[in-house]
Amino acid sequence: MKVLVWAEHDNAALKDATLSAVTAGGQLGEVTLLVAGAACAAVADAGAKVAGVSAVLLADDAVYGAGLAENVAPLVAGIMGEFDAFVAPATTTGKNIAPRVAALLDVMQISDILTVEGPKSFTRPIYAGNAIATVESSDAKLVITARATGFAKAAREGGSASVSPVSGSGDAGLSSFVSAQVAVSERPELTSAKVVVSGGRALKDAQTFADTLYPLADRLNAAVGASRAAVDAGFVPNDYQVGQTGKIVAPEVYIAVGISGAIQHLAGMKDSKTIIAINKDPDAPIMQVADLALTADLFTAVPELVSKLA
Amino acid sequence: MKVLVGVKRVIDYNVRPRVKADGSGVDLANVKMSMNPFDEIAVEEAVRLKEKGVASEIVVVSVGPAKAVDTLRTALAMGADRGILVQTDEPVEPLAVAKLFHAIAQEEAPGLVILGKQAIDDDSNQTGQMLAALWGRGQGTFASAVAIEGDAVTVTREVDGGLETLKLSLPAVVTTDLRLNEPRFASLPNIMKARSKPVATKAPADFGVDITPRLKTLSVAEPAPRKAGVKVESVDALVEKLKELGVA
Repeated sequence: MKVLVWAEHDNAALKDATLSAVTAGGQLGEVTLLVAGAACAAVADAGAKVAGVSAVLLADDAVYGAGLAENVAPLVAGIMGEFDAFVAPATTTGKNIAPRVAALLDVMQISDILTVEGPKSFTRPIYAGNAIATVESSDAKLVITARATGFAKAAREGGSASVSPVSGSGDAGLSSFVSAQVAVSERPELTSAKVVVSGGRALKDAQTFADTLYPLADRLNAAVGASRAAVDAGFVPNDYQVGQTGKIVAPEVYIAVGISGAIQHLAGMKDSKTIIAINKDPDAPIMQVADLALTADLFTAVPELVSKLA
Repeated sequence: MKVLVGVKRVIDYNVRPRVKADGSGVDLANVKMSMNPFDEIAVEEAVRLKEKGVASEIVVVSVGPAKAVDTLRTALAMGADRGILVQTDEPVEPLAVAKLFHAIAQEEAPGLVILGKQAIDDDSNQTGQMLAALWGRGQGTFASAVAIEGDAVTVTREVDGGLETLKLSLPAVVTTDLRLNEPRFASLPNIMKARSKPVATKAPADFGVDITPRLKTLSVAEPAPRKAGVKVESVDALVEKLKELGVA
């Protein structure tokens, strides 16, 4: 099977989510990586080195720079004539583009796959991960988004693919990029961090959230996440949200502080290797899934933890 | 400007879904059903556009069983003007729903279509993008702010890195994220009034759309359970564990 994998990048560097998608694609067949962007040759070169990538297609054009789905989807659909499957990482970029590609190809997309079970069958979470469905496609081509936590990252070194240029139909004239507010943080990225420290509504306000959790995150070199309640209350920006509709994380250690553990939140973190919960309510749902549960007032327990780790 | 809104009848978000013993699906018998939460946000956004004088009429559409009329009535009670029920007892996939919405969009010629970004049952997150593709229009997915300016809509999107703002020519498709607005509760008088608002019932065949599923569900299972954890009595025990895990 010939598989086209979408490279997630910022026109400068290849993102980790791509590496999981390469692994997912590799379980189906021979992987060609598509790098679509503007002045992004460096990304294509990085993609060519990824283990398991046999070829790289580079669509380097200003109209692809912002990743507008209206411009990118026809490019992908055009290239798909020569491929049997399209695999994108289940990031906001992949989720935006892949269904548009699927519709252009008259294919029913398989979202958020966790495993490849056969050439046309896959597992995927439904109902916020409260059930896992095994589905089989009857379409001639496959369009898939792959959940990063389900697939190991392909190695960034080891491949030696060639890079060939490819072009599409250009600007669809339907949309334009206005601006981006990208959070800049010294901390590791939430979806690929080894340790995540997450806070909930119990953190009271933005200042208290920062004062309480950031020292712990700094000490453990952890990414910071949050429950929907904490994001809705304005403690932290939207890109901190872990859950069914936010980010899906599976770090080595997930520390949930003052998070009750609604099913929508558990959906985003329950595949973490070790879950630690600090909550004053011993009956909170998070305490039932935690490997280590400390019933305590977070405002005394967290500072104590920070000082004892120092 | 006419606004078209999609609503789906799904398991209530507070209900914990249970997998059927035979592994054929999730048990929906005698389970509380409600409007998909993202669709409530879509209805609310349309109603706000109407209150601002931007939208002239709100047409709300649901694809599903006869009972989905309740979901349409909820949208009408929130402020939508009329409903279309595309009635079917068969399971419908996002691609089929997008084709039905495309057919309805061609008939109704809305200036804007607002859908929820995903339904909380199948968690597909596809229909809006697919509709935009079939209709040949722009898409503003995962919206946290929507502003109509002349013949364009500016959409602020919740993306992995933060926020991104796009400008789309109208007509366009917008899908809602959690923080776009806080949906209102319908008042009793409005619930009463909604009963007399028109709802047209159609069948998928009326639009010439084949809704045969492309995906076959082989089985549905409970996720592997986590083994029970331990209660720790002190911060010291946490420190010890973090050191043991090699992260501290």
